Amino acid sequence: MTNPALNEIDQIVKNNDIVLFMKGNAQFPQCGFSSAVIQVLDYMGAPYKDVNVLETDEMRQGIKEYSDWPTIPQLYVKGEFVGGCDIVREMFQSGELKSLFEEKGLLDAA
Amino acid sequence: MPMKAEDIKALILESIPDAQIEITDLAGDGDHYSAKVISKSFEGMNRVKQHQAVYAALKGRMGGELHALALQTETPNS
Repeated sequence: MTNPALNEIDQIVKNNDIVLFMKGNAQFPQCGFSSAVIQVLDYMGAPYKDVNVLETDEMRQGIKEYSDWPTIPQLYVKGEFVGGCDIVREMFQSGELKSLFEEKGLLDAA
Repeated sequence: MPMKAEDIKALILESIPDAQIEITDLAGDGDHYSAKVISKSFEGMNRVKQHQAVYAALKGRMGGELHALALQTETPNS
């Protein structure tokens, strides 16, 4: 049985340069890990889309299947899964996240 | 249900036998851990793949039984 949310997730990932699937939204994160990634993204200053996976069970389950990744939040850049909270934090601290955003031309507007 | 640090370590070692593992119980509640896993088998894998290897070793417990495991993966010479 295929989860219908997978298709929707795929569309969101492909149609947005930076997407964060999270618990809650950017204004009101409902989980410390999601909140940590929002802080990083806000600091970076690149525009991003936030998707609240708590809105439906299909989405909450589907996002785990989509990238074979068991936890939320999940960050996608230009259609590619970058990582969860630990990886994003590590990449932010090492400067790799900034390089990635620059490489993809996502910081030009800032 | 919380998990013991030794159980987490044993599961990881079962799949990644050469792993050097340091586990810290962050809150003392058996539910919020951080783990540093170093293995030669991570060579040539990006971070996502390295973390997926550890999650696979935990056989579905991550995100369920094991609520929070902050993960850091490395290769021996990095």
